[in-house]
Amino acid sequence: MAVGKSIIRKEAWDKVTGRAKYTNDFKEQGMLHASLVTSPYAHARILSLEARRALAAPGVHAVVTGEGLPLTGEDMRDRPPIAVDKVRYYGEVVAVVVADTLAQAEQAARLVRVVYEPLPAVGSPREALKEGAPLLHEHLDRYEKNKTTHPEPGTNVAHRTKIRKGNIEQGFAESDVIVETSVSFAPSDHIAMETRCATAEIWPDGTIHISASSQSPFMIKKLLHTYFGEETGKVIVHTPLVGGAYGGKAPVQLELLAYLASKAVGGRKVSVWNSREHDMVTSPVHIGLEATVKIGATKEGLFKAMEILFLFDGGAYSDKAIDVSRAAAVDCTGPYHVENVFCDSLCVYTNRPYATPFRSFGHCEQAFAVERAIDELARTLQLDPWEVRRKNAIRPGHTTPTQVRLTKSNVGNISACLDRLRELMRWDEWQRVEVDAYTVRAKGISSGWKTSTIDTDASSGVILTFNSDGSVNVISGVVEIGTGTKTVLAQIVAERLKMDVDCVHVKMDIDTQTTPEHWKTVASRGTFMAGRAALAAADDAIRQLKDIAACVLRASPDDLEVGFGRVFLRDDPAIFLPIKDIAYGYKFPNGNAIGGQVIGRGRYILRHLTPLDPETGAGKPGPEWGVCAEGVEIEFNRRDYTYRIVKAYAVIDAGKVLNPKAALGQAMGAMSMGLSFSSREGFLFDNEQRVLNPQLRTYRPIRFGEHPEYIVEFVETPQIDAPYGARGIGEHGLIGMPAALANALSLAAGVPLNELPLVPELIWRTQKGDSYGSV
Amino acid sequence: MEETTKRELVLHVNGERRSIVTRQAETLLFVLRDGLGLTGAKPGCLNGDCGACTVLVDGTPIKSCMMLAIETVGKEITSIEGLDDAPIQHAFVRHFAFQCGYCTPGFIMNAHALIERHPNADEATIQEWLESNICRCTSYQEIEAAVKEVLEAKKAKPTDP
Repeated sequence: MAVGKSIIRKEAWDKVTGRAKYTNDFKEQGMLHASLVTSPYAHARILSLEARRALAAPGVHAVVTGEGLPLTGEDMRDRPPIAVDKVRYYGEVVAVVVADTLAQAEQAARLVRVVYEPLPAVGSPREALKEGAPLLHEHLDRYEKNKTTHPEPGTNVAHRTKIRKGNIEQGFAESDVIVETSVSFAPSDHIAMETRCATAEIWPDGTIHISASSQSPFMIKKLLHTYFGEETGKVIVHTPLVGGAYGGKAPVQLELLAYLASKAVGGRKVSVWNSREHDMVTSPVHIGLEATVKIGATKEGLFKAMEILFLFDGGAYSDKAIDVSRAAAVDCTGPYHVENVFCDSLCVYTNRPYATPFRSFGHCEQAFAVERAIDELARTLQLDPWEVRRKNAIRPGHTTPTQVRLTKSNVGNISACLDRLRELMRWDEWQRVEVDAYTVRAKGISSGWKTSTIDTDASSGVILTFNSDGSVNVISGVVEIGTGTKTVLAQIVAERLKMDVDCVHVKMDIDTQTTPEHWKTVASRGTFMAGRAALAAADDAIRQLKDIAACVLRASPDDLEVGFGRVFLRDDPAIFLPIKDIAYGYKFPNGNAIGGQVIGRGRYILRHLTPLDPETGAGKPGPEWGVCAEGVEIEFNRRDYTYRIVKAYAVIDAGKVLNPKAALGQAMGAMSMGLSFSSREGFLFDNEQRVLNPQLRTYRPIRFGEHPEYIVEFVETPQIDAPYGARGIGEHGLIGMPAALANALSLAAGVPLNELPLVPELIWRTQKGDSYGSV
Repeated sequence: MEETTKRELVLHVNGERRSIVTRQAETLLFVLRDGLGLTGAKPGCLNGDCGACTVLVDGTPIKSCMMLAIETVGKEITSIEGLDDAPIQHAFVRHFAFQCGYCTPGFIMNAHALIERHPNADEATIQEWLESNICRCTSYQEIEAAVKEVLEAKKAKPTDP
């Protein structure tokens, strides 16, 4: 009925008419505004901070500084919400100025005088790991952390994940050939079009009202308790529509500043709204990486061993970067059967903006490293890179790097994805052609997979309330960040209730006081977890409807069915009650009544997940592995090193496509983001690790007209546990893009291209060697 | 520091005459949003780079973060709230040409003006116009399909004004 159809998203007309509202669209008379004072140095001691002139400026109510504040961080508490004594990255907040208007706050922020003593800045993970490198966190041993975080005090290592499977020495001994590839890229950014925003207000009764552009409204509640001892029941978080997130709005940062600012002005409402520049460097960014991959294989191309070193550039604070580095480790090989795996994945501190989840959560990064190495292996063995991937494709019965046994349900069909990709791309016809003296066309491919490394007790709840016209309201904690998940939830509910999806209404906004919790809107787990909760809630509602109808129709509830707006006798559908007559209870002709409003409740919690063993990595990090095979076709100009991305392909195992057009949109959007990241995005740092391009004019995402033709297909291998078999699809489009693009360009240019972004200068420099220096 | 001088402006917005007291230095974007409650135009960079704040001034798409409100006195301003069931809005919905929706008002205003000004726009013209807006959710292919569909429909009915 509703599942499998391209239902228009519920908030579509709000969005095309300008009526859709985001956090910063809610303005109130008397609301105060904050401006952030940030560090111009990447590493420096704060010698003094003088706010007298700022405080005397017109309209200014307070200047909030960092003294006496608790350290924050979800895995390890290493970050002061406002820097004290020392700054560790360019753009770090040192003070927050609160004034009547934004203009006044900004003017006063310029009057805050901070004296710094610059310290040597650490610029990359390898630099940070060198003997004698400056330490970012001298007191790493004293930080509060959870049980799964393993920092190495006295170094810049915030966390190390170890994966040990099989016998690596034996694997290499059995190999005919061993290739080693090193890759790297600097941190980059999410660039959600809506910059982050948070408001806070503390009412006289002590309730704290936060509004936030966030993927984690429920986490904000929890963290205000953890950090500041506030009662979670007194923290109420409101999240309206979110204008793009991609992982960047999962961490909690501005919310803490808004809370502190409101506290400083007697609980008045304060808005903290990022400028684009602050949103790019002050708020957390997309992680950087330096990695080395060593693959041992037989001369037929069968993988015998993989040794992988990931050095993630977590930036100045660990935030969720620890988790990202772990997620890359648990899936380190990609979707291949490898018996002997040795991986160390480090989250390393550097004096760069701190990193947090970015769509694909460590997996496009992992894939870039490993898939480049696989292409190098294929080149060394003179084998078809597609063949090598197909030959090693992982299947049910194999185990993952963390030793989870795969089943027909918990992993998608990578072989089917690769087979279809080969046909779609006409892979066998050509992989590199010289069109004319200067123009080369080339194709590159990549596989990808992903499970969601999330908290083992993550849960989701859904409430269904009925209206007196028999229609239903879906109330879920999933934030509408653009993925259309809430519309898909409406489809799931409509399908189970056998109801027109137009009769299923969705509450878009989140209010943590009235909305059941959904852990975080991350990890492609919205449809799975909230979908399961929605099914449970629908079943609960069906039971209640049947109970009331059974009484009225004088039949056993077992003999009744719900559907088409009615509760009817299975045996004789002509005997029925309209849902609208019982949605609020049933009133008999004499005035007596039974029932009351039908309220369906459903919940879901992930099952059988375990933390990783610290020595071997063994453990179950997520419920299922979605897989994809992707390709890129480029046209490269050998004269000026420019190129055009002509086509981009993805075949993704969706389990079951619930909304075809929405699914295509998710896949293509993710592909676009992956191509943009790998072809042109990345922060440029000077020698002191200051970011040189924190603006959309100098940091330039892909624009209209630069987009290739997108060709996307889905394979459907159901995950038995998931609603109608659907697997997460919001991230897979991205995973293979950087590697596929690099593989295509490496083939076209005839040199291994192992750095991102793949700008023409990089290709030129790689081909000519370093002798030409810089331009 | 002196408060910047304020003054009263009378603007013509979406066919209505609206008066507002504002700082002389205020941009059109902030006057529309904070002064007139028209929050459809979105701030994305305040630097003219992203196009999320695009509105029409005398029919020309303008990044409202780059124009002072005072400059628009005597001109006709159309924001997304002033579009009345335009074909491009329907096409955006039909083609799933948006996800989070934040860049959508700016994109729609720009595309609407393109269609009005250049009903026979070729590929190069379409690109030249639409490359001034950034969308981070879609692949642009959906937006391209929506815009081209409206252009085609317009060509099929040449008698339309």
